[in-house]
Amino acid sequence: MISPKTWAGIASIVLTASAGDVTQSRAMKEIGDLGAIRRSQGLFQVVRRVISSPRFMLGLLFMAMSFLSLLITLSWADVSVVGPASASLTFISNAFMASIFLKERVDHRRWLAALFVAGGVALLAR
Amino acid sequence: MLVEARQLEAGLTLRKYLILAAVMVFGSSGDVCLSRGMREFGAVSRSNLHLLLNAILNPWVIGGICLLILFFCSYLTALSWADLTYVVPATALSYVFMAALARIFLHENVTLEHWLGIALITVGVGFVATGPSLTERGRSHSEGEMAVPKSTRSDA
Repeated sequence: MISPKTWAGIASIVLTASAGDVTQSRAMKEIGDLGAIRRSQGLFQVVRRVISSPRFMLGLLFMAMSFLSLLITLSWADVSVVGPASASLTFISNAFMASIFLKERVDHRRWLAALFVAGGVALLAR
Repeated sequence: MLVEARQLEAGLTLRKYLILAAVMVFGSSGDVCLSRGMREFGAVSRSNLHLLLNAILNPWVIGGICLLILFFCSYLTALSWADLTYVVPATALSYVFMAALARIFLHENVTLEHWLGIALITVGVGFVATGPSLTERGRSHSEGEMAVPKSTRSDA
């Protein structure tokens, strides 16, 4: 039985991980195709544009928060519970957040993909 | 002109798949290298936190960190031209690679449950990989098309 405290920890991991992914995705779309920038302006420009993006830095902050939440939650519950639950729920949460904040068209095919992959990761990570 | 356009499209498609493959390979091999390195130190607890400092100097851990940096670079590159809901499930095969690498190099047991998980992930990847890579803000790009901003396209 997973305690409410552990569920809160898992929710914290999932929400901050998805916030990080969504923020990074928006930052990269704003910067543009990194491959095209590298070909036309060089690798230095790619690195400069990425690390000077405030949104990219915000994404890194969310990822750090997710890692911290993971460490804290692992001190409350077993990795065999926290690992699969957080990894699989992040796929579902990503689909919701991308649909709302990135305006991505998440059709039935992408929902099925998210659900299948989430189920598979839950089984594989046990 | 048509032949050139087709060649360009094929090149971009190949580049796209190579970057997605890089996300999978670097991510899974990085995790396996870290796992291999950390096994040499045993369980880390509050009483032996100094082991973590030693671990950073382990060649497997250093290799794992380098591979994970490459994973992050290729992940960001993929996100620069594809939807988050495309990149994340499409690269989930890294979990399958990780299971295969763990079985080969770490001699871990792959159970029936794991094989079922691998099957579910493969089906899920199949669902998303056959669709468009970019739909953001109502746009829908076919296979091989890239979301290159106008300013960048004129530069190239």
